[in-house]
Amino acid sequence: MKRAFRTAAWALALLATPLVGCAPDGGGIQSLKLAGIKGRGTLICGVDGKLPGFSFVNPDGSYSGLDVDICKAVAAAALGDPTKVDFRDLNSSERFAALASGEIDLLSRNTTLTLSRDASGGNGLSFAPTVFFDGQGVMAPKASGITSLRGLAGKPICVESGTTTELNLADRMREIKAPYTPLKFQTGDQTYAAYLQGRCVAVTSDRSQLAAKRTSFPDPAAHVLLPEVLSKEPLTPATVNGDPGWADAVRWTIFGLMQAEELGITQANIDVKLAEATANANQADLRRFLGVEGEFGKQLGLPADFVVQAVKAVGNYGEIFERNVGQGSKLKLERGLNRQWTQGGLIYAPPFR
Amino acid sequence: MGQGAINPAAAGVIPWWRNRRLIPWLVQGVAGLALLVLVAFLVGNLVRNLTSAGLLLSWSWLGNPAGFDVSETLLPFNAGLPYWRALAAGLVNTVRVVLAGLVGATVLGTLVGVASFSSNGLLRRLARVYVELIRNIPLLLQLVFWYFVVFLALPGGREAIQLPGMVLAKSGLFLIRPELVNGVWQAPLRLTVEFGALLTGLVTYTAAFIAEVVRGGVASVSKGQWEAARSLGFSPLQTLRRIVLPQALRVIVPGLNSQYISLAKNSSLAVACGYTDLYSVAETTLNQTGRAVEVVLILLAAYLVIDLLISALMNGLNQLVQIRER
Repeated sequence: MKRAFRTAAWALALLATPLVGCAPDGGGIQSLKLAGIKGRGTLICGVDGKLPGFSFVNPDGSYSGLDVDICKAVAAAALGDPTKVDFRDLNSSERFAALASGEIDLLSRNTTLTLSRDASGGNGLSFAPTVFFDGQGVMAPKASGITSLRGLAGKPICVESGTTTELNLADRMREIKAPYTPLKFQTGDQTYAAYLQGRCVAVTSDRSQLAAKRTSFPDPAAHVLLPEVLSKEPLTPATVNGDPGWADAVRWTIFGLMQAEELGITQANIDVKLAEATANANQADLRRFLGVEGEFGKQLGLPADFVVQAVKAVGNYGEIFERNVGQGSKLKLERGLNRQWTQGGLIYAPPFR
Repeated sequence: MGQGAINPAAAGVIPWWRNRRLIPWLVQGVAGLALLVLVAFLVGNLVRNLTSAGLLLSWSWLGNPAGFDVSETLLPFNAGLPYWRALAAGLVNTVRVVLAGLVGATVLGTLVGVASFSSNGLLRRLARVYVELIRNIPLLLQLVFWYFVVFLALPGGREAIQLPGMVLAKSGLFLIRPELVNGVWQAPLRLTVEFGALLTGLVTYTAAFIAEVVRGGVASVSKGQWEAARSLGFSPLQTLRRIVLPQALRVIVPGLNSQYISLAKNSSLAVACGYTDLYSVAETTLNQTGRAVEVVLILLAAYLVIDLLISALMNGLNQLVQIRER
């Protein structure tokens, strides 16, 4: 009898779990999420997984890319080990639900920061600093002779459903009064497969994504990006609203990568810089930044040397960029807007004070 | 009579937990109460958590402009119209493919089911191979196959297959005086390849199951009925139509009901081949508005209503074909 009762109680508890959310923490320094990650010993990171340059599964099963390196940097900062990351492949429609339900800790999946995604009345995300300033573009086969958006009037265009690109395309085509047929697919793979099969005369997405996907086409040179940039697409990692402590830890880890580039600290020279700062009591800025003195780490709930760990793991922002999408990669994208502010770009870390 | 005769003294001895009239009521009452408490707890929890996340159920967003386009709609739609119009356009697209699918699957399924009783060995075996092949492969894979391998392999543009009054191209089937305008086929009546792939997938898949239901129904009619009809001079086709099928229908119709419902539900796999159905529109809506609970509720309600309608119609049909007692 007692046992049956216990079984029933378990069944009830199991039934009820999906609906029992965590009550939002009343603020304070302690972050539930960060405590959970430390307890678990791994960071669960949502990525695309199929986008060369941003997140891609290598032949040996490991992940690489700019989005992936952000995950590794956060894992290194929070846990001291960049390998302690579980990656989850998510498509564009799944990503917000996965974050909201707590299935992933960090969404680092070429996601555009928008008002409705940020607002608590919308998707209710909390965005970290933008790691890639992108814009929406359109790709068409060279042989089609299409050279501008106007050339697409009346034609079918492939687009991934549930993305901002879908809305931007609708807006721009309405502006130039060009009717078109949107063909929507749930995954990027399906979208590009339909495009390559010739079902649509063009495919639209972020320009970096188009360039990345093009490298895996049978004949990359046969496809051109149209000159128009349809929108601003600041690709930004995100955490869930309601845990400001965790959001701050992610935000300042990423700022740390950017600040490291500005200060000329690289994966190769970080040990030298650290030794220099430790030996030299006058370099107060550097000492605080690298956690030799001050309590920046403690204030965030991270180890004092979180910046050192992150840079050691993946290098500074510039190194991450060049290795994954820049000149050191197949994509060969220009830094463009993603240069440091000191060189006319938009990458700008607020002061570490 | 017997109950009235119970000795009141003896009845008083029976303890309440052995009372055959009281216990069922008590058990059901307690179970009902437990269910109510559970539901109230879950709903309360949902509302409490949504409230604390600032996401109380609200429907006002349905009136906001959708901002995205929906292709191949029967209802006129553009990006400036509100979300509810987009969802309605998606619903109409779903209903369209379900209705066409029901007709197609019934016809094909009946033919294949009857073919498995054919005296022609080749036809009989073909029917078996078809059923075993189709029903043992997941529908999603079949849809991807039909769309990417078969339909998208059609030639496009000038090389399209041209027949009198119709053109079959990569972009679809164009009927009634089709013409090539600016490299794109146009015609007053057109069916896209997305619709074609989804319909073909749903029809062939569901037909395999319907064929089995029909086969079971026909097999349930005793051999004597066939022999009697033949001895009265009916031809094989007449026997089937006048004697066997009317009796088989009594067994077939309840089985058909669940196949029809499956077809309606399976239509939501349309996302695999780019067809804009209710699910596809709802998914975009969910992504744009962040109104996950409301959108999912709408989806649940829509598919429930479609399936209940199919069920009601089939139950009506079932009563028509049952033996009427005189």
